[in-house]
Amino acid sequence: MLTDVKKIIVAKALILGDQGVGKTSLVLRYLEHEINGTVAPTVGASFFPCSISIGDTLVKLQIWDTAGQERFKSMAPLFYRNSNAALLVFDLTRYESFLNVKEWIVELNRNIDEPIVAFIVGSKTDLFKERQVSKDEAVKYSNHIGAKYYECSALYNQRVEEVFHNVALEMIKLQGDLTLTKTMNVCDGVSVNNSIEVNTIDYGTVIITGSSKENIAHGIKVNNACCFN
Amino acid sequence: MATNIEIEPGAALESALVTTESYENFQEMSSSLEEIKNSNFIPSTTDEYLDNCNNLDNDIHLNCSITSTNSKDEEYLQDEEWLSKSKHVFVLSSAGKPIYSRYGNEDRFASYFGIMQALVSFVQADDDSIRSIHAGDTKFVFLFKEPLILVAVSKTEECTLQLTAQLNYVFNQIASTLTLSRLVKIYEQRRNYDLRRLLTGVDRFIDNLLDFSENEPAFTLSAVQCLPLTSSIRDAISAAIIQSCSKIKNVVFGILLAKNQLITLVRMKKYYIHPHDLHLIFNLVQASESFKTVESCWAPICLPRFDSSGFLYGHVSYLAEDCQACLILLTVEGDAFSSLSEAKQRIVERLRRGSCLEAINESLASREESCMEVGFPELRHYIYKSKSTAQFYQPHISAPYSINSRRLVNIYKQAHYKLHCPTRPLKLLFERTPQDAILAWDTRGFELYAVLEPLIETSSAISTVGRLLNWIKKREDKLFHLNAPTF
Ligand SMILES: Nc1nc2c(ncn2[C@@H]2O[C@H](COP(=O)(O)OP(=O)(O)OP(=O)(O)O)[C@@H](O)[C@H]2O)c(=O)[nH]1
Ligand SMILES: [Mg+2]
Repeated sequence: MLTDVKKIIVAKALILGDQGVGKTSLVLRYLEHEINGTVAPTVGASFFPCSISIGDTLVKLQIWDTAGQERFKSMAPLFYRNSNAALLVFDLTRYESFLNVKEWIVELNRNIDEPIVAFIVGSKTDLFKERQVSKDEAVKYSNHIGAKYYECSALYNQRVEEVFHNVALEMIKLQGDLTLTKTMNVCDGVSVNNSIEVNTIDYGTVIITGSSKENIAHGIKVNNACCFN
Repeated sequence: MATNIEIEPGAALESALVTTESYENFQEMSSSLEEIKNSNFIPSTTDEYLDNCNNLDNDIHLNCSITSTNSKDEEYLQDEEWLSKSKHVFVLSSAGKPIYSRYGNEDRFASYFGIMQALVSFVQADDDSIRSIHAGDTKFVFLFKEPLILVAVSKTEECTLQLTAQLNYVFNQIASTLTLSRLVKIYEQRRNYDLRRLLTGVDRFIDNLLDFSENEPAFTLSAVQCLPLTSSIRDAISAAIIQSCSKIKNVVFGILLAKNQLITLVRMKKYYIHPHDLHLIFNLVQASESFKTVESCWAPICLPRFDSSGFLYGHVSYLAEDCQACLILLTVEGDAFSSLSEAKQRIVERLRRGSCLEAINESLASREESCMEVGFPELRHYIYKSKSTAQFYQPHISAPYSINSRRLVNIYKQAHYKLHCPTRPLKLLFERTPQDAILAWDTRGFELYAVLEPLIETSSAISTVGRLLNWIKKREDKLFHLNAPTF
């Protein structure tokens, strides 16, 4: 399988949102862990490495699933550094959790030096009867800040894969844009399959402007030197 | 009692754990965090803690029953199930705001919290403090630790001191999640703050801690039990942790544990961990199912005895799919996760190469021989605590206690109390009931609690205990962690 891989991209994705909105369920479902019974609240933050291959590119996503409980809020800044993607999750059945996404966006903008690609995720679509946030409103807000918007259900595994697939795609796009600038950036703590040589050329950070004003990102690119070809 | 043992089993010159007397109160030990961060290693002086439990003058004995008032939220007083609980624990702010109740929703009996607060502050007004109220077979035990009031209402056989110690643990658990400094500051700023906002999810840890402290001798003894391993394996495990972390600065403790037993503990030079802090870590691991489903976790942990003013950061992970031992690497650096992740990988590789994972699994799976099988037919169960290392050993619980382990736990708790009762502590205790006999012995180096057949002769009980000490001595390398490895 690895022989087809021409390129490896390592990216760090941060998941933020209120407690109980389903952040951990989302990741566990995506990683095809069994979800038996209820998912325990996250303590601190959990680290899930995962690889997504798209075409000839392998995207190594380092997923940081943070805890939504109030007492861990002060920990969030530890994770902002070097993040490439932020998934802001809210519970479609709790309007307040949607308002708090807006808070997170403000908080992120205030605290990061390097821009992040933002994704907004409305969770628990299966509870459509209790829905408190309309799709219109969520889409409108997402467009306004230049973020992609998704709705999914971790419980019924609806559109969960799509979310992470799109994160990976965005990371590739980001890297594609970066190639033009010929600047590479490798984040620290990268774990890359031994059989593939990774060249670190430059530690500079590139800021590129996306489609919307607010949607800018800094990227990580690993040189596509592969020993198989 | 004469034994031919030179040095008591499980003793060591240096211990990784702080050794303590049993009924001491919470008191911070040092401000180790700042020290480490400034890399300015001045060993902290450990003051002798004020043991304000020792004074029992403030125990009030009542012969009345508590009568209820007719307020709307008194419905719990009608609730048979709620009333029948053997031990209630409540936490409130010094302003009387409910924070935690072990059973039931604390909002539904807010007026009780008011009464508790009134009692405490009433006595407080005379520069005195209320310790306990005894009404029939129910004890009301109070612990007032700025800014919180903790109350236990217990029908168990545990004594006031043991209940106070449990309340201390609850306080420490709360301090551990927020840090004591923050807790104090919150109430300085807003006396009426509703702390539950910050403690969502922490009730689970307190619940678990209370169950844990009721059933585990570790809490009563202020000690930990080690997973039996040959000393060469244990040393190899410690070495793997030390070598893998050698280039990472400010790792304070490396702890490996499984099934509530310590496998090894590596510490930074000059720093020690208090058994109470270690118990909080055990509790964290035990109560966090979520750790099992993730590759690794990064959690802020305040160890109140180590430094109650700040957080350490813990890299928490299970070693491998095929080895369910939990590794906790504690550092003062908030951004050290990735270097510790790499260290963890190296540790696992080293342990695999050295066949240590198998050894751990083997020990976890092994059925220990009962006292009978190893040649002590009259001995049913025992606990041996080495004081100098704050470690204890007990065999698996076997018949007749396998069906009612609570009974055994109670025997030990009462014997422990008699050895440590502040007014008249015993050195040696031999008691017989129709069901069992207990011999408890407190020496300078160890405590031994042996539960024997009820009809055993005194002389043969004594000789059994003598032989048992020899037996433990021969196995001390395996049963205890005798080295205190450092980074
Ligand atoms: N109906 C429904 N329930 C869900 C869904 N996803 C999660 N839940 C439930 O929501 C609760 C919280 O889920 P978690 O995944 O633990 O939420 P979290 O955001 O990780 O919470 P914290 O770790 O405390 O921040 C659990 O009881 C889940 O079973 C979903 O898609 N549909
Ligand atoms: Mg979670």
